[in-house]
This record gives sequence, structure tokens and C-alpha cells, in this order.
Amino acid sequence: MRTLRFLLQKEFRQIFRDPSIIRIIFMMPSIQLLILPWAADYEVKNIHLSVVDHDHSQYARQMVNKITSSGYFILQDYSGSYNNAMEQIEHDKADLVLEIPAGFEKKLIKENESTLFMAINAINGVKANLGGAYLRSIIQDYNREVRMKWIQLPRFSPELQIEVTASNWFNPLMNYKIFMVPGILVVLVTMVGAFLASLNIVREKEIGTIEQINVTPVKKYHFILGKLIPFWILGLLILSIGLTIARVAYGIIPAGSLLVIYTFAAVYLLAVLGLGLLLSTYTSNQQQAMLLSFFMMMVFILLSGLYTSIDSMPGWAQVVTKFNPVTYFIEVMRMVVLKGSGLKDISTHLFTVLGFAVALNTWAVINYKKRS
Amino acid sequence: MTTNNTAIYAEALTKRFGDFTAVDAISFDVKKGEIFGFLGANGAGKTTAMRMLCGLSIPTSGKATVAGFDVFKQTEQIKRSIGYMSQKFSLYEDLTVRENIRFYAGIYGKSDAFIKEKTAFLLKELHLEAEANKLVRSLPLGWKQKLAFSVAIFHEPEIVFLDEPTGGVDPVTRREFWNMIYKAAESGITIFVTTHYMDEAEYCNRVSIMVDGRIDALDTPAQLKKTFDVKSMDEVFLKLARKAKRSGD
Repeated sequence: MRTLRFLLQKEFRQIFRDPSIIRIIFMMPSIQLLILPWAADYEVKNIHLSVVDHDHSQYARQMVNKITSSGYFILQDYSGSYNNAMEQIEHDKADLVLEIPAGFEKKLIKENESTLFMAINAINGVKANLGGAYLRSIIQDYNREVRMKWIQLPRFSPELQIEVTASNWFNPLMNYKIFMVPGILVVLVTMVGAFLASLNIVREKEIGTIEQINVTPVKKYHFILGKLIPFWILGLLILSIGLTIARVAYGIIPAGSLLVIYTFAAVYLLAVLGLGLLLSTYTSNQQQAMLLSFFMMMVFILLSGLYTSIDSMPGWAQVVTKFNPVTYFIEVMRMVVLKGSGLKDISTHLFTVLGFAVALNTWAVINYKKRS
Repeated sequence: MTTNNTAIYAEALTKRFGDFTAVDAISFDVKKGEIFGFLGANGAGKTTAMRMLCGLSIPTSGKATVAGFDVFKQTEQIKRSIGYMSQKFSLYEDLTVRENIRFYAGIYGKSDAFIKEKTAFLLKELHLEAEANKLVRSLPLGWKQKLAFSVAIFHEPEIVFLDEPTGGVDPVTRREFWNMIYKAAESGITIFVTTHYMDEAEYCNRVSIMVDGRIDALDTPAQLKKTFDVKSMDEVFLKLARKAKRSGD
């Protein structure tokens, strides 16, 4: 116990004496949480639209008006030539081309139906998909308006139509910030837990102090605990700072209990610290550790369901996400913050992550050699 | 043979890394209170041998005891009985002089009272009282090395292993450093030291010279010079080291 006390005292002194660590602890969560949620938004706005109007009718103009007043589209170009509009797409000035054929109005009135043509620039897949969908729904809306105008009585359409109304549970306004902030916070906690810890240990290897420790009677578990405990505390500190920022800046107050979040975080940190420890046993200098961390972080983030839904990933990728601890914490955070889930609801997650913690730490301890 | 007077005893101690035999069946013994010089060219296997004796590396075969403890089975007891100063400077640069002393003494299980009293004494002896609360980073190299040595023997070990302790240090400081080594030896600490400076070899009671993983010569500096019929340790070393087939670290 006494040995551990000395190790911890030394570790905390070093951590709090290092200005870059202080910056990481306080600046990183502030900056990431204050900036990223505004940018990491799935809603697509500012879609550049190029309209090719061969009709020049009142209906066509009304429709274009309706589209541009929706707020999602910027009318980039309004011309009479499809080639001209395609050129806009080729120069990346337009994302969507809407072609209104000649006789659009006439056909609509006479034959009760008319066709439009849409060309989508699919280089940016998300924008193309959503942009096309928005445009379709606006045109459908317009279609309904036109029909309402014509069919005065009876006031319903003779054709049967199913209209879907939806209400968004747990996040009624579909506020992406509420969705993103807990996720970003998880990434932060992971970075501190896994990567600061591994860098710290590798640094001792690099400067040779670990060798000095190895010739002392300090036991393997003393040394490892001496490294894990400070970063475990730092991880929880970052979480607290993050939750405070979420509350103050975004008004995000977890619907569930903070105790559930902290309980899960405590176990989760054990798992990522085990990962950090493991990384440090496989690397011999800080550069290697950095590169490896960077690579792992990319995989962790992209396969965690933070930005893209896991359900839409191919089967093998979904399997990979099962082995990604970040996935579980992000799910838990969203469940607790948005839905107010309790300990019972997240128990599967908790035990899975506990399993990770045991496995990773065992592996790391076995691999950490005091003698070679 | 181990007697009560033996600090280190090695018999056919060997370390292989795959096909490569880093240390090839070395045998020697070091008496208590002796200053034992462990010489050899770069890559001769000095550091590997030392790491085995310190319990950092498991020998492939052979026998060895350090402070009466077996290097295979009793490494934890060995670690309690020795001090070690590595080639790389190994104090924490981002801790102060006082914090470093306290930390290393603490992990050797020394009491607060012991640490407090001895720290004051040590700081005075090293003339570091004014620097006690400065970061070690800010000290000149020579001072750092002297401090590192003092920290290595702070917990009063039976044996201290010094791996090229004076590398890169100026001659004046080196002389001071050796005075500290003599003082430690007088107080009963056995000194096991590697060096590349042949004038330092002359300061040792006995010297062994390693060539390609084997000990090719072991005697007092005076006797070695006589055996090889030369005037200085420098020449003894050159005569032996030239035979080496291995080179580099």
C-alpha cells in the first residue's frame, strides 16, 4: 500500500506538472464539445439546385418558389438548357438538377399528370441522398396543394392515399446535438483512458525510468495500478467536465440517473485502460504508440455508431462493432441521456464491457514483462 | 564457491538470444566491499550480464547468486538488496531533486523519518540544498549523475551496479564521482561498475575484461599489466579487445 502511495504521488505530480496534459484535460473537452456538435449534423442544408425550365409556366414557377422557400435549397441557376445545368454539376456548383419539361403545366391540367426529371450529383453520397429525398417530398407536397385547389368538392381525393405522420420519441425535435454530444464525450473519455495512459507508460520506457523501476522491489501489480488509477480518475474528471459543458452549453440534462452513467463509465474506463496498457506493452516508443492509437481511434469511431447507424452496416462490420468498447458506451450514453434507461436496462452492456476489462487487463498484465 | 564474504558469485552464467550467445559461460566472484570493474568493448555482453545479475533478465543457463540470493528464483530479494544506475539517466526530470529522492526511497520501503533525515544529510553533502526544490531537468549533467548515484545507494543496498555511470561527464566531475564511489565502498557497499575509461579501471580493486561474451582476463589492474607486459590498462584492454570478432552495440 505504501509503495502504491508513493507511485500515485509521483504520477499525479508529473501529470499536473505537465502543461500539455492540463491542456488536454480541460481544453480538449471544451473545444470538441463546443464546436463538433454544431458541425457534426446529419441535416443537409444549402443544397445547390440548378433548375432547367423548358415550360416557363405559372405552375413551374410556383413549384420552384416552393422549393427554394423551404430553406434547404439554394437556387444556383435557372436556365433553359440541360447541358448548361450539367456543366454546373461538373464544376461542382450544383448538387441537383431539376428539369421541368416543356408543356409541364399543360399536361398537368389536361392529363392530370406530368413528369419531372431529377439529376443528382452523387459524389457526396449523404447530400445526394437527402437532397433528392427532400426535393421529392417538397414536390409531393406541392402536388397535393395543386390537387386541393382543383378538387374543391368533395374535399377529399377520390384516390385513397396513406399519409404517415411520425412523432420522434426521446428526441422530439430531432436535435442532433442531443444525439451527438454524448457520443463525442465518449470518444474523449476513450482517448484519455486508452491513449494518454499508453503514451505515459511508453514514455517511461523511452527515457529509461521503467528499467530503474524494474530493478526496485516494486511489484508488477503496484506499477500497473500506479498507472491505471490516475488515468481512471482523469477519465472520470473529463466525463464530469463534459457533462457540465453539455448541460451549460446545450441544456442537455440526462433523462436517466448520473449514477448509472458513472457506474458504466467506471467499468468502461477499466476496459480502455486495459487497452492502453496493452498498447504500451507492444510499443517501444511514443511515436509507435501514437500511430497505433490514431489507427485504433479511427476504427473505434467509425465502427461505433457515432456517425453512422450500426444497423445499416454490412453484417461483418456489425460483428466488428460488437468488439468495439466505444459502441457500448455510446449506446449506453444515448440510452441514459435521451431515454432515461436505468442500470437494469444497460446491464448487458455493463457485463460485456466488464468482460472486455477483464480480458484486456489480463492480456496486458501477462504481456507486461518485468523480466525478459 | 560462495562464502560469507562473497557479494556476487557467477558460474558458467550464459544468456542466449536465439542463435546469438550474448554472454558465454562467465564465471567470477566479487567480494564484499570490493570495487569490481567490469570492462569490455561495446557489444561484448557487459550490459546483458549486468541485467541478469540485477534480476532484469533470466539467464539461459549457469549459476549465480547476488547478495546470497539466486538469480533464477530469488529476484525479488535481490532487488531489495541492490542499487542500480543505468546507462540512461533514470531520475525523473519533471520531479524535483527532493521528490526524486523521496520517491525512490519510498518504493524501497524506507520510513518517512529515515527519508527525511537522510535527505537533509545527502543534500548537504552534494551541496544541492539550494537546488532541492528545483526540477532535476534544470541541473547540469555532472550533478545529475552524482545525484543518480546517491539515489541508487540511498536505501543502503549491499551491492550497487553502475552501468557506465560517467559517460559524457567532464574529468573533474568524474574524479568527484569516483570519490563518492570510494566513500560508498568504505561504508561497505560492494561496487560493480562498467566503464570505457581506462583511468577509471585503475581505480578498481579488481577488473574483468569481456571479449565476445567471455571473460578473457580477471585480476587486479597491477597484475593485469604485469601479465600482459604493458604499462597501462589502456594497452591491456587494446590487446584483448582487438581479438574481438563482434563489434558495435
